Amino acid sequence: MAFRLRVVPETTNFDFFRAQWLTFGGSMILTVVAIVAWIAMGLNFGIDFRGGTTIRTEATEPVDVGAYRDALSGLELGDVAVTEVFDPNFADDQYVAQVRIAPLDGQESVSPETIAQVEENLRQISPSITFPSVESVGPKVSGELIWKAVLAMVAASVGIMIYIWMRFEWQFAMGAVIAIVHDIFITIGIFAIFQIKFDLTIVAALLTILGYSVNDTVVVFDRLRENLLKYKTMPLKDVMNLSVNETLSRTIMTSGTTLMALGAMLIWGGDVIRGFTFAIFVGVLLGTYSSVFVAKNLVLFVGLDRSDKPKKSDKNEFANVDA
Amino acid sequence: MQTASLWKRVLILLVCGWGIVAGLPNLFYSRVEQHNDALAAIEAAGGTATPELEAARAEWPDFLPSALMNLGLDLRGGAHLLAEVKVEDVYKTRIDAMWPEVRDALRDLREQVGNVRRAPSPDGVLRATIENPEGMAAALDAVRGLGGSVVTLTGVGESTIDVTAEGNDIVVQLSEAEKRATDERTLQQSLEIIRRRVDQAGTREPTIQRQGEDRILIQVPGIGSAQELKDLIGTTAKLTFNAVVSRTTDAGANAGPRNLLLPSMDEEGVYYIVEETPVVSGEDLVDAQPSFDQNGQPAVSFRFDTTGARKFGDYTAANIGAPFAIVLDNEVISAPVIQSHIPGGSGIITGSFTVEDSTNLAILLRAGALPAEMNFLEERTIGPELGQDSIDAGKIAAIGAGVAVAVYMVASYGLFGIFANIALVINMALIFAALSAVGGTLTLPGIAGIVLTIGMAVDANVLVFERIREELRQNKNAARAIELGYERALSAIIDANITTFITAVVLFTVGAGPVRGFAITLGIGIITSVFTAVLVTRVLVELWYGWRRPATVVV
Repeated sequence: MAFRLRVVPETTNFDFFRAQWLTFGGSMILTVVAIVAWIAMGLNFGIDFRGGTTIRTEATEPVDVGAYRDALSGLELGDVAVTEVFDPNFADDQYVAQVRIAPLDGQESVSPETIAQVEENLRQISPSITFPSVESVGPKVSGELIWKAVLAMVAASVGIMIYIWMRFEWQFAMGAVIAIVHDIFITIGIFAIFQIKFDLTIVAALLTILGYSVNDTVVVFDRLRENLLKYKTMPLKDVMNLSVNETLSRTIMTSGTTLMALGAMLIWGGDVIRGFTFAIFVGVLLGTYSSVFVAKNLVLFVGLDRSDKPKKSDKNEFANVDA
Repeated sequence: MQTASLWKRVLILLVCGWGIVAGLPNLFYSRVEQHNDALAAIEAAGGTATPELEAARAEWPDFLPSALMNLGLDLRGGAHLLAEVKVEDVYKTRIDAMWPEVRDALRDLREQVGNVRRAPSPDGVLRATIENPEGMAAALDAVRGLGGSVVTLTGVGESTIDVTAEGNDIVVQLSEAEKRATDERTLQQSLEIIRRRVDQAGTREPTIQRQGEDRILIQVPGIGSAQELKDLIGTTAKLTFNAVVSRTTDAGANAGPRNLLLPSMDEEGVYYIVEETPVVSGEDLVDAQPSFDQNGQPAVSFRFDTTGARKFGDYTAANIGAPFAIVLDNEVISAPVIQSHIPGGSGIITGSFTVEDSTNLAILLRAGALPAEMNFLEERTIGPELGQDSIDAGKIAAIGAGVAVAVYMVASYGLFGIFANIALVINMALIFAALSAVGGTLTLPGIAGIVLTIGMAVDANVLVFERIREELRQNKNAARAIELGYERALSAIIDANITTFITAVVLFTVGAGPVRGFAITLGIGIITSVFTAVLVTRVLVELWYGWRRPATVVV
């Protein structure tokens, strides 16, 4: 037998419901905690959602956040936040910072003259400074962007729910949605707790998590559907355990390769995209966990009608597709 | 084992071959780009090439495909503006321009209405106070008679103006239908002007799009800053009417002192020598509308203000039979012959126009300045170095991800892992080929999407391989196990990918800019990965199996 790397033994027989109060219960509590954190602490919205201006600065002198702030204090600006940016890809004498300026009340956005003045003041304390990117978003657009983001999440969830309902049973659709809610809300909670910048790309990341989470859940459900037909008398809980065990190797393998790819992006992908990659990374971890410990628990609670009435979908539906 | 038929295999391999050949140019991005630019430049110069252009063209062989995917602003650097057109500005101009007509109309009814004066009113509303309220009915009729009818898609001829009475005041404003029609025209006109301004700067692949009711998105790669772009858009178009000295096809003709040699806009290779000092300039033009001449041919009618009308009248009276040139931004739009003295300051431009031509020309003629002010809702400037840094970082990450996944797959599945890796490489080529073919745009999140695809694309193979293992464990023979593995894993693969595809579609529909770029790569990646993981690896496995005929298979 040739050598094979085996993360998961050939056959496993774990009982994924044994510590249900801890795994499923804990997950639900964590979800609630995340929502509370989100409401209590709020998200650190980027300018996409809040309006304002961000200026990325790059200099060969080290960044002195205090000096940057002082240089701008004389100007008539809204809230100013200066953060230094670190990245392993930077050269030794490459110092990058992000300056974020909120618009003053009643102003549509930060005016170009003001931005020019900000750049001038910063140039005085750091002569080598350049401004690789300057972005401004007015409050009018940012309000719409929030609304669009929410709409996107709801539309995607509903679309997926309908698809799963059509292909499986309504209980499965609910289970998948609970798993999605779990993954997405905990990710948002992490962004709230650590006050990581939340902008439009993070919404894209959340939608990707949604896609991945369902992807993972559906694979388990698919096997469950198959086994339900195969073992008609086995208790539902046992069929579920069997299905998860049978697909465990694949679950671990796929999240392994995905996390490896994302890990590479996280390390080498540069700081501009790091928030986005981080969100997906966290989401894939959560999505893997939820497809094993969360999604099917709800199906078990609600129960399934296993009588022999003709099922909505036939497992052989695709088996005839000639590859 | 039931194997795929020969033509099916050939088809699959052909698709893979196309992917590799069509994806290839993106690996040599800057060389291919130089080649394409040189080709375009040679084309523009009428087929003559300088040695530098020839050299640039030789950077990439002509027989290979040269379609490239576009790079988004976040990768190439440039400026992005989202502008809101203040459409109400136009209502004010239109209504204010009506005052003289209203005044004259009421003056004709002086016995009934008495004196008329303009009362203060908000923008876009005209208020005229009459002395005798008894004459109101007649006054309203007279003013209503000034309105034309709006031509809309519904075909209902509503009046262009709403006229109501309030005490002694006649209140005139644009009707709702006319406002909508005006908004539409204002937007079209603004788009046309912006497009001309940006095109003139000669930048690569600018995006100028209408968004929603009253917004315009402008993205110009390679421009220094959003401010520069705003200045560019703000520049007024220069429209002049010049006397024509002669017409030539020689691009190097000597125009003579105080004359200009200008190219024709739509006749290739035709040049006009015109007098440098214009007869009338665009500042004197008040209006231009598409219309029809006396023979029913499409034409453009225009109107000058008083000074313009006088100058134009004098000139046409003195030069009947001579051509004059309508020049926009140093290009001759058309050079009609003066048929008769044009006294009233309004005239008509005829030519061999289609209705579309005349509509466009009217827009261009009015395109002197933007019809309404613009509010900039979003401004973004991205420096080219930052974009290059992102590309470099993305490359390293993609290579890192690819190597890690490849090693992991071989370690886990041995020979079958190698098949999966070949499929992965073909998958990458197909993604790039598809992006180039549809003219898709690669953005920074798009790169992340590709890296994510590297991780997730092997999923379908993992599903198949795990399934084959299971079937082997049940002591099925190798051929049967492979066949069942592919067959039984398919339903899970299809379900899992369709759900992910749904999110990609939602992202594409709702998202904008970089997010949309991510949705495109994710969506394409899903399709290509199912193709490569299910069909391509199967062909590879079958070929291998048919060649080696192993008694046992270890996955």
